Amino acid sequence: MNTTLKFGLVIALVVGTLGWVAASGVNDDTASYYKTISDIEKMDSNAKMKRLRVGGDIEKGSIKREGKQVSFVLVEESRKMTVRYDGNEPLPDTFRDGAQALVDGRMEQNGVFHAAKISAKCASKYEAKPGQNYQKQNSINQRPA
Amino acid sequence: MENIGALAILLAFCLSIFSIFASLVGAWKQKQFLIVSAERAVICVWALVTLASGLLINALMTGDYRLAYVAAHSNKAMPMIYKFSAWWGGQEGSLLMWNFILATYALVVVLQNRRKHRAIMPYVTTTMMVTQGFFLMLIAFLVPPFQVLSTGGKAIVDVGDGQGLNPLLQYWTMVIHPPILYLGYVGYIVPFAFALGSLITKQKGDEWIFTTRRWAIVTWLFQGTGILLGAGWAYSVLGWGGYWGWDPVENASFLPWLTSTAFLHSVTMQEKKGMMKVWNLVLVASTFFLCIFGTFLTRSGIVSSVHAFAQSPIGPYFVAFLAVTIAITILMILSRLDYLKSEAPLESVVSRESSFLFNNLILLASCFAILWGTLFPVISEAIAGEKISVDAPWFNRVNVPIGLALLFLTGVGPLLAWRRSTPDNLKRNFLWPMIGMVATIAILVGMGISHFYALLSLGLCTFVTWTIVSEFWKGTMAIKEKDSLGFVPSVIELTHRNTRRYGGYIVHMGIVLMFIGFSGAAFNKDTTVEAKVGEKFPLGRYELKVTDIKTGQNENFIWQNAVIEATVDGKPFATLTPERRIYEKSQQPVSMVAIKRQLNEDLYINFAGMGSGSQQPTIQAYVFPLVSWIWLGYWILLFGSIVCLVPAKIKMQYARTEVVGVSTKHAPVTK
Repeated sequence: MNTTLKFGLVIALVVGTLGWVAASGVNDDTASYYKTISDIEKMDSNAKMKRLRVGGDIEKGSIKREGKQVSFVLVEESRKMTVRYDGNEPLPDTFRDGAQALVDGRMEQNGVFHAAKISAKCASKYEAKPGQNYQKQNSINQRPA
Repeated sequence: MENIGALAILLAFCLSIFSIFASLVGAWKQKQFLIVSAERAVICVWALVTLASGLLINALMTGDYRLAYVAAHSNKAMPMIYKFSAWWGGQEGSLLMWNFILATYALVVVLQNRRKHRAIMPYVTTTMMVTQGFFLMLIAFLVPPFQVLSTGGKAIVDVGDGQGLNPLLQYWTMVIHPPILYLGYVGYIVPFAFALGSLITKQKGDEWIFTTRRWAIVTWLFQGTGILLGAGWAYSVLGWGGYWGWDPVENASFLPWLTSTAFLHSVTMQEKKGMMKVWNLVLVASTFFLCIFGTFLTRSGIVSSVHAFAQSPIGPYFVAFLAVTIAITILMILSRLDYLKSEAPLESVVSRESSFLFNNLILLASCFAILWGTLFPVISEAIAGEKISVDAPWFNRVNVPIGLALLFLTGVGPLLAWRRSTPDNLKRNFLWPMIGMVATIAILVGMGISHFYALLSLGLCTFVTWTIVSEFWKGTMAIKEKDSLGFVPSVIELTHRNTRRYGGYIVHMGIVLMFIGFSGAAFNKDTTVEAKVGEKFPLGRYELKVTDIKTGQNENFIWQNAVIEATVDGKPFATLTPERRIYEKSQQPVSMVAIKRQLNEDLYINFAGMGSGSQQPTIQAYVFPLVSWIWLGYWILLFGSIVCLVPAKIKMQYARTEVVGVSTKHAPVTK
């Protein structure tokens, strides 16, 4: 067997194995589907079994902590969904009233979303809006003559 | 002042454009004065960008709250150091810093090469200034840092005080993480520029590799340091106890690190054997493109990430820039294939050459897999119409085996002979390390450990350590006998004779220690309790007791902490005080975890807050075994990299395409 062929075989083996691991790795445990709350309301019970990833805003005043469990209401354009979380990872610091949250988990039979993971981004996190009444302007263009 | 800043950016943009054309025309028409003029323009660009940066920093430090950027990222109560670091706390400012670092690199390159590399310098200047021009365009027209606030009319408004820097960024590693990471990100442009320059001018030799070798190592070190500082920050600040979560932004910084690691290895092949020439060009170009891509990913909002910047209009410009530069690079490589022929064939699957090849293959496979996973939501939406994302378990599933395979190669590669290894050679080099590996696994199994990957990883760590130590041992003994030196002077002499080789081994050792740290993740323990003051709860071998809850306030934030006493077997062990802060200006809560770091395991406690109904503190406690080894490994890696940068005492002359005999392996210094 010549060397090129041997190399080809070894490379194919490595790439093939990795490809297989990567492809078979995309399953119910690792992949989740981005859905909106209105999408979920329309879904049949079978599709609801999938792992879902839903984004929205945390309704003000809806966060309740009881022991390990945290629950809140996620709002997306007037549609609401109750979410409960009892995971071991601490919730991010950005998780608070009015923040944008991305919840990852599954729907339960009673219509409550059981989140396995929550990430939150407060609207002002990196790009704060200084005094919402003001506009940003280039001073060069806007200076009074 | 803001007018001067904006003007400086605009002028710098114009000069970078001038520099591109002056270089190209100068090279084309052989007009030296144009080439020199272009290089002087580079110096001016640096001066102008520095001026703009200085003005922005000054505005942040002195609190000029008429500026939108200052009002959004600084406030009066913030300590000075964070006012300074607000420079890169937001989109506009951090792009300005990008520009500053790039301009500084360009300045250094131009000054270093006033008399060297005259043929390729015009193209080096062009490549750097095209990139500089692009990034200056962003801050000149799309996301300008020097905007003022107004009510819509012509009057400028001073809002008096700002929002403050994102509290999560008010931490010491966050002060140095972005600049260091950027030093890495931006630095890869230099090897790329030289590679492209040598390609365009059809240089026969490997001059660009020799010229940029140190750049590549330094940049690689900065990139790695930046990544690890980010990991350290996540571990100590974000409070979820992890140091790596496969978040798109983390991945973005990891990708160029992987390709440049591959590059650092495969250049050896080109230097010693004249092989893999095209491949090296592809690697150095990919690294550069991945850096730009990473910057794009962080700032465009294309994939959702916990710590991405807000969505901004700059995304499409990045795509255009990448498309054009990638196309040019591919065209250049294809049109110069004649100059890039390999000087030696691959002879055996079991040889040093092939170990480099597989090292590259695996690093690239990992890079591709991570890229694929990061972009999976985008890809799946384009193909299946459904946005699907994969998360940490998927990345771990793919990358843990890859990492272990790499670890294995780390041990095997350096000991294989060039060209081909005989079974005898294999036995001599690997019998004892293999026995060490099997023994380690046996002992760990005996201790009751059954986690497959952890066992394999720790076993491989023994294997690699053994091979590295034996390399040092053999070389040292040879020198000790021949030159009759003491043991320590012999080790130093050995390392000094071939700094890149032995420095490389030290870097490998650092990586081994990091893998020991990673393996610890298999044995994490955690518990979450709502504990009354005075109540005890167990975690592993510790018993924890909440003894007090304190609250207080300063001008920047209000805080509440839990005082927790940890005991082991009834003996006092440590007192930890995890804290929660709410920052005054942004009303953003931040938890400050308390960590008791030890070599064997970290005790890590987070104060999650008070329960809504019960008003009792919720405490999350974790035991993270071996995490300290990761940081320890980094220091070794840093030391090894510095050793690599020290010029070797003996200049190697490599016999191209000739037999580099197997015997040289055992007396490496006499090559």
